[in-house]
Amino acid sequence: MQSYSLFSVLRESLRGHTGWRPTWRDAAPKTAYDIVVIGGGGHGLATAYYLAKKFGEARVAVLEKGWIGGGNVGRNTTIVRSNYMLPGNIPFYEMSMKLWENLEQDINYNAMVSQRGVLNLCHSDAQRDAFARRGNAMRIHGVDAELLDREAVRRMYPFLDFDNGRFPIHGGLLQRRGGTVRHDAVAWGYARAADSHGVDIIQNCEVTGFRIQNGAVTGVETTRGFIASRKVGVAVAGNSSRVMALAGRHMPIESHVLQAFVTEGLKPVIDGVVTFGAGHFYISQSDKGGLVFGGDLDGYNSYAQRGNLPVIEDVCEGGMALMPRLGRVRILRSWGGIMDMSMDGSPIIDRTDIAGLYFNGGWCYGGFKATPASGLCFAHLISRDEPHPLARVYRLDRFTTGHAIDEKGMGPHPNLH
Amino acid sequence: MRITCPCCGERSLDEFVYHGDATVRRPDASAPDAMTQFTNYVFIRANPAGAHRELWYHSAGCHAWLVVTRVVATHTIVGVELARDVAARRVHENREVA
Repeated sequence: MQSYSLFSVLRESLRGHTGWRPTWRDAAPKTAYDIVVIGGGGHGLATAYYLAKKFGEARVAVLEKGWIGGGNVGRNTTIVRSNYMLPGNIPFYEMSMKLWENLEQDINYNAMVSQRGVLNLCHSDAQRDAFARRGNAMRIHGVDAELLDREAVRRMYPFLDFDNGRFPIHGGLLQRRGGTVRHDAVAWGYARAADSHGVDIIQNCEVTGFRIQNGAVTGVETTRGFIASRKVGVAVAGNSSRVMALAGRHMPIESHVLQAFVTEGLKPVIDGVVTFGAGHFYISQSDKGGLVFGGDLDGYNSYAQRGNLPVIEDVCEGGMALMPRLGRVRILRSWGGIMDMSMDGSPIIDRTDIAGLYFNGGWCYGGFKATPASGLCFAHLISRDEPHPLARVYRLDRFTTGHAIDEKGMGPHPNLH
Repeated sequence: MRITCPCCGERSLDEFVYHGDATVRRPDASAPDAMTQFTNYVFIRANPAGAHRELWYHSAGCHAWLVVTRVVATHTIVGVELARDVAARRVHENREVA
């Protein structure tokens, strides 16, 4: 693998950039692998990378129906954080945060990890109490959290609408280690690193069926022929129900559309990630200058990667209530991504009842921040056939046994998580 | 996406509240496998990419519960019925079977 460094950039600039080589091989499928990972998004590529690097698996393939990074890993709003509250969630997301902090050195790729701080605003005394509780839960687990009062928030972001008639800002919960990561670079960086460890990344290869004999998986049927493998990992969040239906399984998941927006490029106006606590609106500024923001799910089942006007209006109203200066900015693009909304709002990383078939999904709209930990835990599960200690709670049968992890307390209503 | 309510005509989406899959049925609590059936009823969904029968409530209109059939991959609505009519038909069909 070509190593990237300041020296390599200088060398190539002197050679007219003629020495750069393709970042990963466009592999053709072999007839058999030890492990096949379905889904060439962030989670699938991270899984393959950790399988090869950390668990020493030599014959691994990633099957992607389209192209690498063409799904949700390229459609999200790039925010990373670990400000969860429930015991099962905090250690997992904090491990992910720590992996982000060391990711670029690990994979020798500039993923533009920017720990610019994630600030959640509160707009009532009750909400501040809830944030204090969440912050304390985080600190007990060794995660950084600071409860800011109104004046401390004002010093950071003086332009917010502090005296809004309906939603005055009372303070906020700040995680300084949170921030943003360049989402496409995560896919490309993991793809390149996995490829350099011998993983075959096979694009334009859609899985059309599973071959299952005596309750065990023996391979997958694809648009590029049958591929034999005794271990198959499914990491296709957004399409989990469709792929698992090929194995005859129904999941505790609904697919929903989440919209995101980016404005025209501006000079630096907002240097961190800010979320509005009275509606659902979050905003940050990309390094290119566009304001990147989003809000709630549209709220109905969807596999169409686009949403409808009522939610666009709702998101923009939230933005105006928080940051009135947004009113003069023009929106450049909006798009939608399909979320695996699980029944309790938490993900699933587990075996299935079919031997050798492993499932990773149900990421709701929090999948991007979990990419490294999800990959590591899924690789652990597939390679050793036992769950990673920090992902033990993400069981598929937790709905049957009553161990749901409902961070938001919404019950089995996927469109409300 | 606009929904044509049988009572009110074609209306904007923001007048409606979504309530999910309309095909799930509350199981018989006295069945021997009631536990499994209830787990499936509460948590497990077919989640198809094609036609999906789903409940919508016209909260900012006539307050009718609707069963909408919608192609989820394209948001094309292919049918809207009053949930009351769907339920009445099911009761009728069950009687015929019995």
